[in-house]
Amino acid sequence: MFEKALKGNNYYWMWLAFLGAFMAIGAICYVRQYLYGLGLTGMSRDVSWGLYISNFTFLVGVAAGGVMLVLPYYIHNYKAFGKITILGEFLAIASILMCLMFIVADLGQPLRMLNVVFHPTPNSMLFWDMIVLNGYLLLNIICGWVILTAERKQVKPPKWVYFFVYISIPFAISIHTVTAMLYCGLPGRHFWLSAIIAPRFLASAFAAGPALILLISRILKKVANFDAGREATDKMVTIVIYAAIINAFFLMLEFFVGFYSDIPGHKHTLLYLFTGLEHGGHVYNNLVPFSWGFVVLSTIGFALLCIPYTRRNDLWLAVGSASLFVGLWLDKGIGFVLGGFVPNPLEEITEYYPTLNEIMITIAVWATGFFILTILYKIAVGVEHEVEA
Amino acid sequence: MDKKRREFLKIVGISTLAGLGAPAVFDRLVSGSHPVQARASATGAQGGAGGQQAAAAGHSQAAAGTGKRYGMVIDVRKFKQYPDLARECVRVCHAVHNVPHFPDRKEEIKWIWQTPYTSAFTEHSHYYRDEDLEQNQVLVLCNHCDNPPCVRVCPTKATFRNEDGIVEMDYHRCIGCRFCMAGCPYGARSFNWRDPRQGLDMNNLNRQFPTRMRGVVEKCNFCVERLGRGQIPACVEATGNTGAMYFGDLNDPDSEIRRVLKENFTIQRKPSLGTLPSVFFII
Repeated sequence: MFEKALKGNNYYWMWLAFLGAFMAIGAICYVRQYLYGLGLTGMSRDVSWGLYISNFTFLVGVAAGGVMLVLPYYIHNYKAFGKITILGEFLAIASILMCLMFIVADLGQPLRMLNVVFHPTPNSMLFWDMIVLNGYLLLNIICGWVILTAERKQVKPPKWVYFFVYISIPFAISIHTVTAMLYCGLPGRHFWLSAIIAPRFLASAFAAGPALILLISRILKKVANFDAGREATDKMVTIVIYAAIINAFFLMLEFFVGFYSDIPGHKHTLLYLFTGLEHGGHVYNNLVPFSWGFVVLSTIGFALLCIPYTRRNDLWLAVGSASLFVGLWLDKGIGFVLGGFVPNPLEEITEYYPTLNEIMITIAVWATGFFILTILYKIAVGVEHEVEA
Repeated sequence: MDKKRREFLKIVGISTLAGLGAPAVFDRLVSGSHPVQARASATGAQGGAGGQQAAAAGHSQAAAGTGKRYGMVIDVRKFKQYPDLARECVRVCHAVHNVPHFPDRKEEIKWIWQTPYTSAFTEHSHYYRDEDLEQNQVLVLCNHCDNPPCVRVCPTKATFRNEDGIVEMDYHRCIGCRFCMAGCPYGARSFNWRDPRQGLDMNNLNRQFPTRMRGVVEKCNFCVERLGRGQIPACVEATGNTGAMYFGDLNDPDSEIRRVLKENFTIQRKPSLGTLPSVFFII
């Protein structure tokens, strides 16, 4: 089916070339980092994870979000999603590949990464994350490809593939749960040490993933004549709205626990994220604009999805979905991970400023992900058109 | 799909699974039969201290009731009495272990360092401190916890707990994921953001101890290489007979360190986290 990705109009090739340019720049930046070491990033002894791991965390959520399309169709036989489940599965593939690239970009000794397999360590959550991420990737490749092939041949998918479809649902939950466990099981990191991290991750994921699909489906309607359908779109909006509400609710609970208990350790990072934190006579606040950006953008996005007029308008719907998606990225893809390192275990503050080299590598990983996603969606839409014709 | 092809695919599938599982089993067998060679060659350490042989096996064991458990007592009062002593301890440690010096705080690597009392003991009340604590600094280093979070989170067993209680690093196995740095509640771990040799005076290396490479985590090792040669840790040695630092076996009721612990009120850093540090402080 790959041949479908080889035929496209000028805009298709221009888009791929645009992404390809960023991939090439990022590749050069990665070579520089590989030769020098992670010192080329803005990370330090105190903020030991930066953009790579924060984006990784967010993208695990985007991958898991795809299950919000798979589950209603396969478990509840919700027919309206029949046409778009493949978008969810292919988005999961592209997102997981981005996650894996971010992990490799973050390793100090990338050539040794197979040590995680050679010396399996069940007490490390990273070991389990490796298993569930690769498992989920494989499941989505199998399910997506087999079901698309069957659709092309206009036959029912083979029965055995449903086994993989069904286990892909708990796997989607597990990838984000285990990713949350990377953080929420660490003693002495008060901001992360919260039992609500995994549910909050899932809520944010189930808003961000479908929001991205909503946005992309608007674009596909415009550029590829692929219509997800009114009913499916409305249902996705409903899912996104509820998930966004639950995410906001969970975040407010974190504020309640921190500020009502008034335990300093539980308040530090929240203060650092939203107002700035004072230490030694200096106020540190470089993440404050991002945190309020999250509040503003997700509120705008939420409103645009809720108001019937804007929801029914393709352009406003696209703007709303994009706004919500970026807002949730600011929350989980920036604030959550980077904020957790402030203050450090000695209650000192080091702020993190990513370097240009690091930012270009990050952009390149996103570009690679969207490159893969474009090709996968081109194939899916091509098959759809072929069947319709 | 005809039958032969199906059979073939089955065999391929099963042998792939077997192939994936084999390294784990093989690793167990190898480390089980030759733990001394496996671990000693991997760490690159000279000789080997007390329970180093059992490193691989001791990895996931909880607080050991038998055998040695090395510990340290730091008498903050003595460091006030001898103002330059702490700096000397830091200097000696970093010289003995070829710890690079980078002026940029972002690239800093440190095994033992001085920090204000409020940073060392974040859980203690900081209201109305006495003047000594206000002005003096405390030496801090890896606590060699009995229940170390860094060991729990490491995905490759590159950091592990010896049976003698020392939490060690295998610089050849570390993949540089820095999970241990996020896991350590004491900020004891440093990462080699760049080639550490660029921060070392290559003419004045300690040839008895390896330098590291970039991309791996490092920290205090309680001088496990010196213990193996029958010496005491370099920082303790640097304090001479001032009584500023004591080192010994916490499991031996007759040891000097146990006597010091019996005679003095000591505190540990962040005891509420249940990490059971092996480093005690007399304030």
